[in-house]
Amino acid sequence: MTIKVLTANRLTDGEAVWLGADGEWRETIEGALLARDAEAVAALESAGKAALGANLVVDVNLIDVEERGGELYPLRLRERIRLSGPTIDFEPRKKPENSAVSAA
Amino acid sequence: MYRYDEFDHAFVAARVEQFKDQVQRRLSGELTEDQFKPLRLMNGVYLQLHAYMLRVAVPYGTLSAKQMRKLGSIARVYDRGYGHFTTRQNIQYNWPALGDIPKILDELAEVEMHAMQTSGNCIRNVTADHFAGAAADEVADPRPFAEILRQWSSLHPEFSFLPRKFKIAVTGAEHDRAAIQTHDIGLHLKKNAAGELGFGVYIGGGQGRTPMVAKNIRDFLPAEDLLSYTTAIVRVYNLHGRRDNKYKARIKILVHETGTEELTRQIEAEWRALKESDLKLPQGDINAIDTYFRPPVLPERPEGWGTLAVAKRADAGFAAWVDQNVTPHRHPDYGVVTISLKPIGGIPGDASAEQMELVADIAEKFSQDEIRVSHEQNLVLPHVALADLRTVYDLLLTDGLATANAGLITDIIACPGLDYCALANARSIPVAQRISERFGAPARQSEIGDLKIKISGCINACGHHHVGHIGILGVEKKGEELYQITLGGSADEITTVGEITGRGFSSEEVVDAIEKIVDTYLGLRTGRQENFLAAYRRVGAAPFKEALYGPVSRAA
Ligand code: HEM
Ligand code: SF4
Repeated sequence: MTIKVLTANRLTDGEAVWLGADGEWRETIEGALLARDAEAVAALESAGKAALGANLVVDVNLIDVEERGGELYPLRLRERIRLSGPTIDFEPRKKPENSAVSAA
Repeated sequence: MYRYDEFDHAFVAARVEQFKDQVQRRLSGELTEDQFKPLRLMNGVYLQLHAYMLRVAVPYGTLSAKQMRKLGSIARVYDRGYGHFTTRQNIQYNWPALGDIPKILDELAEVEMHAMQTSGNCIRNVTADHFAGAAADEVADPRPFAEILRQWSSLHPEFSFLPRKFKIAVTGAEHDRAAIQTHDIGLHLKKNAAGELGFGVYIGGGQGRTPMVAKNIRDFLPAEDLLSYTTAIVRVYNLHGRRDNKYKARIKILVHETGTEELTRQIEAEWRALKESDLKLPQGDINAIDTYFRPPVLPERPEGWGTLAVAKRADAGFAAWVDQNVTPHRHPDYGVVTISLKPIGGIPGDASAEQMELVADIAEKFSQDEIRVSHEQNLVLPHVALADLRTVYDLLLTDGLATANAGLITDIIACPGLDYCALANARSIPVAQRISERFGAPARQSEIGDLKIKISGCINACGHHHVGHIGILGVEKKGEELYQITLGGSADEITTVGEITGRGFSSEEVVDAIEKIVDTYLGLRTGRQENFLAAYRRVGAAPFKEALYGPVSRAA
């Protein structure tokens, strides 16, 4: 099966976050807790419910990822953009740090 | 312009207090997301892909310099230094933290602004012609009536939980710049033979997954009957609109399923019961609101005629800008200036905090303290003396605001798309940027002439693609972005929904496809005076399809 990770938006500022292997929500997918079987998926799901209930995050979702060249690569473009930020030079007079065109 | 009275101030302040408390309770965990979501939506707060988004209403698109300056300062202090002006004459902030939003609303209230009714199934921010009160071709200023509708619809208890969102637009000119026929109710303010004011009334327009052009149900509704008639329409809709299916809940579906004639009969019957009620607008009330919109006293500035002609001869760039971005004002010594928020290769509708402040400064000095937001995602300085155009242009030039492309192929409407929007299937903004770069050379744009391209990242159609002369709709197919093209849409007094050309194009192919369409047009037009839409209406889709997909087999 495809690998799954858990993602959400942080309650306080809406920033996209991923559930890390250490149980903390982090701002990058690197070090995310990977689910490779049904049991692990169920564990992610219940961690998501708990975090929602604890008002840490909102809009919790399981997403499909692949390991590519040692990095986690979300399969949907939507999820790649959530990871990279907008793919455009959106901040006035400032180049985006991690230009996401590569992610797209 | 309209100023809040005591009631408005108290009402907005109370609402901010209430929301402050709700946010606090959400952050402390007292409210769950399920409880909080409808509350935040009532205050214009969405959750997008990367952050919360706050949508602030700009009633009928009119702003003072002070308000614009505040919008800029909010962008700098609470957001990432910019905001996005939308097709509904609103502004959206893309990065506010939840805990800051009550403070933002406090600051907005200081300048008589708020974010109510920018979301949810209520009567949304009423939109109007962005040239209202200034255009040479206007019969009367539609904004007093938009303001009357705003007051009537604000927290209207009967109409706070409609089957679906409800959008009203008003224009006061024969040439419709407010896209009234794409709205739930479209109002065309006009005068009858006796010189009295009234409205042509249209209902059931809309975009989204089922685009429909509104039906004209009354040629002339006397102005005093505006609220009683609108109430009758919304009441019939509230009663019979479909609540069982979100995709069939807009009034356009009710009009379609009931039939225009039968629905009109129901509305008229409801109206007869309301006509003489206290919804009837006394002339005194209309006059009271009218005074807020009394046209500014514009001094004679005839010297502008000569200086402008000289300045245009001296600078081709300035001349091109005047020809493209300045339209006739009802006062011959003045012009209406469109400030393009579509720099070549830029993000349609985005403005930095500094740009907003610059526009505020210019408006204060050179446009009677007035600014408008257009549904084409540009800004407008409604009252600029011809004699001041050169100075205004030079100031705009200092911060990339003098692109001479109003109404041209690079003046593209694009929704936020997959770069921001949680509902999106594909990106819109990068497609707009690439088209803009491809056609950005001034001579090429000018050769092509009037052409409206509109792009949406999903079928909700926030980018108005159905009514673009060329519309582009992003869909997702097998995990890839795919773009469908429609041709022949229009949102003016002759509103039409564009027709799909055929199979969609990948992100790599789509700009080439647009170029083929444009080249085909250039090859078949009768002359420069026949713009893209006129040519399309004359020849139909066939030559364009052939250019895109090759010759169509006659047997098929
Ligand atoms: C994250 C932000 C947004 C969300 C979630 C959103 C959601 C929607 C939805 C669900 C519809 C379809 C409504 C229906 O067919 O009943 C819609 C339509 C529309 N939205 Fe948005 N939208 C967003 C941003 C925008 C922006 C940025 C604009 C202006 C540029 C905009 C303007 C419109 C317009 C003009 C329509 C179509 C007209 C109609 O209601 O028939 N929206 N939106
Ligand atoms: S059209 Fe779709 S993608 Fe674009 S803003 Fe609207 S909901 Fe989002």
